Amino acid sequence: MAGAVVDIAVLGSGPAGLSAAARAAELGVSHVLLEASDHLALTIQRYQKGKHVMAEPGFLPLRSGIDFDAGTRENILENWYEGAKKHKVNVAFRAEVSTITGQSGAFTIRTQSGDSYQAKTIVLAIGVQGNPRLLGVPGQEAAFVQYQLDDPDEYSDETIVVVGAGDAAIENAVALARDNRVYIVNRRDEFARAKEGNLTRITDAIERGKIQGLFNTTVKEVINQPEEGRPGVIVLNGADGEVRIPVNRIIGRLGAIPPRAFVESCGVKFPSDVPAAVPELTRQYESNVPGLYIIGALGGYPLIKQAMNQGYEVVEYIRGNPIKPVDHDLLAKKFSALPYKYDVDEMLDFLRNEILLFGPVNPLRFRELMLESRFSTPKAGAVIFARNDYTDSFYFVLDGWVEVVIDEEKDTRIRVTAGQFFGEMSLISGRRRNATVYAGEFCVLIETPRRSMMRLISSIDEVKRRIDEIFILRAIHSQFAPNSDPSELAELISSAELRTYNRGDVLFAEGEQGDELHLVRRGSLTVSRFINGKDMVLSYVPAGKYVGEMGLLGNTKRTASVRAAVPTETVVMKSGPFNALLDHQPELKAQVEEQIRERLNLNSQIEAGGEGGKILSFLMAQGLGEATDVLLIDESLCIRCDNCETACADTHEGTSRLDREAGPTYAQIHVPTSCRHCEHPHCMKDCPPDAISRNASGEVTIADNCIGCGNCESNCPYGVIQMAYPGSEQPSVWSRILFGATGSKAKAPDAQKQAVKCDMCSTLKGGPACVRACPTGAAIRTSPENFVNLVKRSG
Amino acid sequence: MHQSFLRFADALYMKVAILLALASIVAYWAYDPLEPHNGGTWLGYTLGTVGAALIVWLTLYGLRKRSYRSRLGTVQGWLSAHVYLGVSLLIIATLHTGFQFGFNIHTLAYALMIAVIASGVWGVVMYVKYPKMVTNNRDNLTRKSIFREISELDRKASLLVEALGSPVDRMMITSIQLFRVGGGVWAQLSGRDSSQMMVPVMSGKKQVWKKVSNTGQRRMLNILAGQVARSRDPRITAVLQELSDVVSTKASLMQKLLKDVRMQGLMEFWLYIHIPLTFALLATLMAHIVSVFYYW
Ligand SMILES: Cc1cc2nc3c(=O)[nH]c(=O)nc-3n(C[C@H](O)[C@H](O)[C@H](O)COP(=O)(O)OP(=O)(O)OC[C@H]3O[C@@H](n4cnc5c(N)ncnc54)[C@H](O)[C@@H]3O)c2cc1C
Ligand code: HEM
Ligand code: SF4
Ligand code: SF4
Repeated sequence: MAGAVVDIAVLGSGPAGLSAAARAAELGVSHVLLEASDHLALTIQRYQKGKHVMAEPGFLPLRSGIDFDAGTRENILENWYEGAKKHKVNVAFRAEVSTITGQSGAFTIRTQSGDSYQAKTIVLAIGVQGNPRLLGVPGQEAAFVQYQLDDPDEYSDETIVVVGAGDAAIENAVALARDNRVYIVNRRDEFARAKEGNLTRITDAIERGKIQGLFNTTVKEVINQPEEGRPGVIVLNGADGEVRIPVNRIIGRLGAIPPRAFVESCGVKFPSDVPAAVPELTRQYESNVPGLYIIGALGGYPLIKQAMNQGYEVVEYIRGNPIKPVDHDLLAKKFSALPYKYDVDEMLDFLRNEILLFGPVNPLRFRELMLESRFSTPKAGAVIFARNDYTDSFYFVLDGWVEVVIDEEKDTRIRVTAGQFFGEMSLISGRRRNATVYAGEFCVLIETPRRSMMRLISSIDEVKRRIDEIFILRAIHSQFAPNSDPSELAELISSAELRTYNRGDVLFAEGEQGDELHLVRRGSLTVSRFINGKDMVLSYVPAGKYVGEMGLLGNTKRTASVRAAVPTETVVMKSGPFNALLDHQPELKAQVEEQIRERLNLNSQIEAGGEGGKILSFLMAQGLGEATDVLLIDESLCIRCDNCETACADTHEGTSRLDREAGPTYAQIHVPTSCRHCEHPHCMKDCPPDAISRNASGEVTIADNCIGCGNCESNCPYGVIQMAYPGSEQPSVWSRILFGATGSKAKAPDAQKQAVKCDMCSTLKGGPACVRACPTGAAIRTSPENFVNLVKRSG
Repeated sequence: MHQSFLRFADALYMKVAILLALASIVAYWAYDPLEPHNGGTWLGYTLGTVGAALIVWLTLYGLRKRSYRSRLGTVQGWLSAHVYLGVSLLIIATLHTGFQFGFNIHTLAYALMIAVIASGVWGVVMYVKYPKMVTNNRDNLTRKSIFREISELDRKASLLVEALGSPVDRMMITSIQLFRVGGGVWAQLSGRDSSQMMVPVMSGKKQVWKKVSNTGQRRMLNILAGQVARSRDPRITAVLQELSDVVSTKASLMQKLLKDVRMQGLMEFWLYIHIPLTFALLATLMAHIVSVFYYW
């Protein structure tokens, strides 16, 4: 139906697109809203039933023709349908856009089903959820084939084939197996992509015969003809030939096709190849393709309210109405405390001119960055952060200077002046601050949270390059020659390079020739030797330490192998310039020799100990190379009283955040299921309201603005996050003793599940309740640096 | 890194307890009352007061253990002190009696105290001895996973047995139904396997089914072995052999489970003596003190 040319075509009817279309309708602008599915806002439709949707961030006002406030999924959807009706939004359902051609003023949009539309401008609001990958065989769209499962309890006594090997496939299969005959079809011979917890669940279910596992099997076709009283048949290519299964239902869980390829096919450029990268946009949300605007999650704004505001604003911009963004007042307030007399736009320009690193950042992203940052004017001498703090934010010096003390004893200070930045070490390593920073005179600082910085680094290569350059310079200077002039290091620094390793990659192997020194800047390494035909781990090297020093001092044959325990980045230095440095730094030479001596000593202790190396290998195999603080139980002391769990539940609203019994044991050392407070917490990766953070003392905690989306639960590879209802008051000591009362998890009827995990009892003085409640001393919390002690004792 | 409660803070409380005991002995030896040593002398009162205070404080351990927000030391520290100071009470209270025993409330209090201490020592022995053995026995399995494996074996067995006729099938099924783990306190602590099964016996001319013991699945295994010996059909023999493999795997898992239940029970059971005795002690102690002051 190639009708008239509309002014605005909005693609995608999520909160962003719907709000844009509603604004257009309100203003009487000719428009069409194209939605791939047959509902409005598919992403919201897919939330679990009754989900309480949050309206974060609380400080941001809503500006949209459509209502939105925190409430249940059902209420919100109802409001949106009503809003669309009220404004007479012109929606076309089942209009999945597949190509966009033409240019500003005359775009042609074609949908999957062959319809086409003409529009002067396009607002792309298709979100980031992507479209489910189809089976890719004849019959893939038969009525009994579905690519999503809302409520497994809806089906019973059916024969269901689940296709896929990821977490979604497994979770669906296990849930369905309660009341149905379930098959799971896996292209490979194992579930390599699944999380630990899901892996055990599925293997278990298959072993017990609850689910039929079909391995090394692919789907050949789907026959849309009833057989044996079931609506169709799935034909599989199995390891032993073809298999036909008459089915009631087929569920394809093959992941989603990220929308990026489609977006790129429209001519939109992404600044880097990193999956998290978002397209470059102007302050008016226009992409590099004139007339093509991008808003909502696709533009990098992960929350509903932001998406809706942008929908409203983008229509105003397209009409040439330069309204102030809704966050204008917020920025004005932020800037008002600063000693400058600029208005918001002037101030933004001033910031971009003053600070070098902001140069490559586009205006829209820059605005967001400033909104997320904190401005401060500390008094001269004030501590910005102290050595060993666990904070991970990043600082820019806008005015004045700060002093970074890298060696207290010798009072070695580095001055960081206006236009420069500091705090990059902890951001990159995920470890404690390795210096104390004091404010200088007339100091004005911008503190940017970790997540904003990470997003910036991953989406703009130029920013990453500039930070890396400074990182290498400062790391080498503070690590090897804090008391010398940086100019002496010029040669070493210019020869240094960054290398990236995946978990398990070998940096260098025993017996190899080698003369490079690796300074670990992120991740951690294990050092091992081949002893009695077995690779034995001798030590663990965390970020901030170096390896390979033996190769520098004459001995060029590697005496041990070094591997990445987790994804790792190192700064690599060549022996030539390094030795030159050693020659006129006798102190450094002594220090390196001391380190070699210590390491050899320790290695021989562990080699002699026998068990020790195996315990270290075991701990590393549990992923503890990326931990900062982990709960370890010595089972030879543990009387299995579970006082640790009770203590945790009692101090955390009735839900224990640790599962003592679960988890593996080796040589009486047990690693229970409990948060390890990772250096680079996986759980933080994708939290829409940015509710997860690390405290100055190191704990990774979840704040109350958690929207309950479950992303962190699925991102944590160690299965330590649970979604739980807020709990209630716990029984008093007396009722526990006199009436044997036990804690309870209350479930208020309208409560919202939120993510909960170990917070190391950061609100209780005195430390983790689990450890403090263990009568026998079996439970301790410790960090990987101490593993070597653990191992020496057990040796 | 890990440190047992017995070595807490370099066994600080052991040292304190030894000092306390030595001080009492020295005082007892040095102090020469006019009357024979007893609770009513100056030293007797002092030792009695210290002893009673200790008993009350030892009881408070139960409270501290459950005060999960308390910052008053750690539970481990408390237990360490509990154990050592509890033992030192043996000397303090004995000296307090001046070895004057009789059939009265006073001696009853003393006897109860000795019983509480003895049960405590027993508990410590359990805490030291069993944790390691539990781990070794579990072999990286959880109790749940052992139960699951057993029920999986049962499922397999009940499928296999379909190929065999009566009465083996019925015997097998009853052996699954009458399998027992745990039960009462005694069953748990003894670690005895009281599993049973039904076998057909001739009563006169009639065949009746009778319950018999099937400890360690031995009866069932015997029956299967007998069937194998008599079987002439190679297909049936194969099934029987597979069945006996399944049953013997189950028997060894059960062994593991029984041992686990037993050891876990032993680590807990003594507390069910320690605690009631403590309350009996507190009551008699009260009576003892009241009566002393009343008759004074
Ligand atoms: C489980 C979960 C819970 C969440 N909870 C909250 C919460 O409580 N509060 C909050 O603020 N945020 C929450 N979020 C985030 C929120 O859902 C997103 O920020 C928001 O949906 C983004 O809106 P959008 O309009 O940009 O994209 P989407 O909502 O993803 O909408 C995109 C629309 O485009 C359609 N589409 C896709 N491709 C095409 C195509 N080619 N042609 C036509 N149409 C297409 C889709 O069908 C869809 O309807 C949650 C997210 C998840 C996953
Ligand atoms: C008169 C002396 C004693 C009294 C009144 C006393 C009282 C108590 C009480 C009330 C508890 C708490 C039980 C609970 O609530 O779980 C307890 C636990 C315990 N007691 Fe004693 N006790 C005494 C002596 C001893 C001695 C001498 C020892 C050891 C040598 C001992 C070892 C223990 C142990 C190991 C525990 C269990 C710790 C735990 O699992 O948390 N007690 N005692
Ligand atoms: S929740 Fe999981 S990912 Fe996050 S810090 Fe803890 S262990 Fe790491
Ligand atoms: S509190 Fe200590 S002894 Fe008790 S179960 Fe936990 S770790 Fe084991």
